[in-house]
Amino acid sequence: MSWDIKNIKKWKSADHPAGSTIPVGGNAIEYKTGGWRSEQPHWLEDRCTHCMICWIFCPDSSIQVKDGKMLGIDYDHCKGCGICATECPKDAIQMEEEEK
Amino acid sequence: MPKTVALTGNSACAQAMRQINPDVVAAYPITPQTTIVEEFSTFVAKGLVDTEYVTVESEHSAMSACVGASAAGSRVMTTTSSQGLALMWEVLYIASALRLPIVMHNVNRTLSGPINIHCDHQDSMGARDSGWIQIFCENAQEAYDTTIQAMRIAEDNRVRLPVMICFDGFIISHAIDRLDLLDDDVVKKFVGDFEPAISLLDPEKPVTVGPFDGLYGYFFEFRRAQELATLGSLPVIAEIGKEYGQVSGRHYGLFEAYKLDDAELAVVVMGSTAGTTKVVVDKLRDEGVAAGMLKIRSYRPFPATEIAEALSGVKAIAAMDRSLAPGAIGSPVFQEIRSALYDNSERVPVIDYIYGLGGRDVPPTDIEKVFSHLAQIAKTGKIDQVVNYLGLRE
Repeated sequence: MSWDIKNIKKWKSADHPAGSTIPVGGNAIEYKTGGWRSEQPHWLEDRCTHCMICWIFCPDSSIQVKDGKMLGIDYDHCKGCGICATECPKDAIQMEEEEK
Repeated sequence: MPKTVALTGNSACAQAMRQINPDVVAAYPITPQTTIVEEFSTFVAKGLVDTEYVTVESEHSAMSACVGASAAGSRVMTTTSSQGLALMWEVLYIASALRLPIVMHNVNRTLSGPINIHCDHQDSMGARDSGWIQIFCENAQEAYDTTIQAMRIAEDNRVRLPVMICFDGFIISHAIDRLDLLDDDVVKKFVGDFEPAISLLDPEKPVTVGPFDGLYGYFFEFRRAQELATLGSLPVIAEIGKEYGQVSGRHYGLFEAYKLDDAELAVVVMGSTAGTTKVVVDKLRDEGVAAGMLKIRSYRPFPATEIAEALSGVKAIAAMDRSLAPGAIGSPVFQEIRSALYDNSERVPVIDYIYGLGGRDVPPTDIEKVFSHLAQIAKTGKIDQVVNYLGLRE
């Protein structure tokens, strides 16, 4: 099943699958929720011990990690909930007001 | 061989459910529907069906469980009445919007208050815009036959919508009626195997059911698509009614026209009062009055064009409403009938008769009064009163 939603904003009634289903899996990444943010997390790399507590707690899989090391934050999907900043034992993530 | 039996409407429907053998039934008892689920749960306990029977704590949960089970790819049935249907309210819209082929009996009972357990159609009318197909039945035979057809209609790939089978509480549900049951294997073959369009339990074909529409806004397009599916179910309902006729000898259409071809006075009615009306029509015909009846079977979708054509040529029409829409111009059946006739070249006088609320009995003499009123209107060409009340003390 292909699921090409490039032009979804122009789809007419008949173009949508019956019952508003999404007929493929693993496509949450295509739904960008970064625009919901009012506060932005900032990662202070020099304080980070790569303990992965932020990665465990992030409800939106927005802590980018490779080979056990934190790489940064996925701002396309981070909703700015601030859980990472609250849970970080080293204050290596700080929330700042989202710029316009 | 078909078996002739004496059963209540509820027992007949429980038998139909046994023969359909749904995968899941989630239901909560409520008068006058209770004996359907009571009998069906006995079949489950005796191992006569393979159904997973979910005893829920409310009708809201019953319909929610049905939605989940149906989205998982199961063949799902439930039953309710009145306050139970009202409690299902928000989930009814979800079932139809997700295009889930759930089949449900709604044994018609009024809505409180004051508390009343008897028949009228106000419960079904509250759900008329919920996106469910609504089929009204005249007697136990029709309730049984419609249950079997409803499963096919709901699951048809051209439809994929939930179906509500409506029949009159106590009058049909609890009165013992003579009817014919089909053989189990005939029903099994007619209903066929269910091949779900989607299944949440199929890892090969992952699917998201009920996603958030919110920010981009496709809701309008979905609702329109749902409307198109509902309208598109009209020929399917007719086709399956005809096919059922081939296996049972009992043919069903979108509505039944009774002695309507040459009728001058027509009563439009739904439910058990159609039976009473037929008796009156026969009596009036014997007296030389050109009386006729149109019984609506498919109320949602409403076969407006077909009904307008069937009623063309009559001189006066009474729409019978077993519900009352406070503040509206008459009640739902009247509104629909008068609207359907508006585009006919000939302008036929139409009146509304609100009747039978809270189980108020409707004897043949009351229906005769309606025909007398119609005769007077046909003679003078003038409507003295548009909205009328039958058997009301005032």
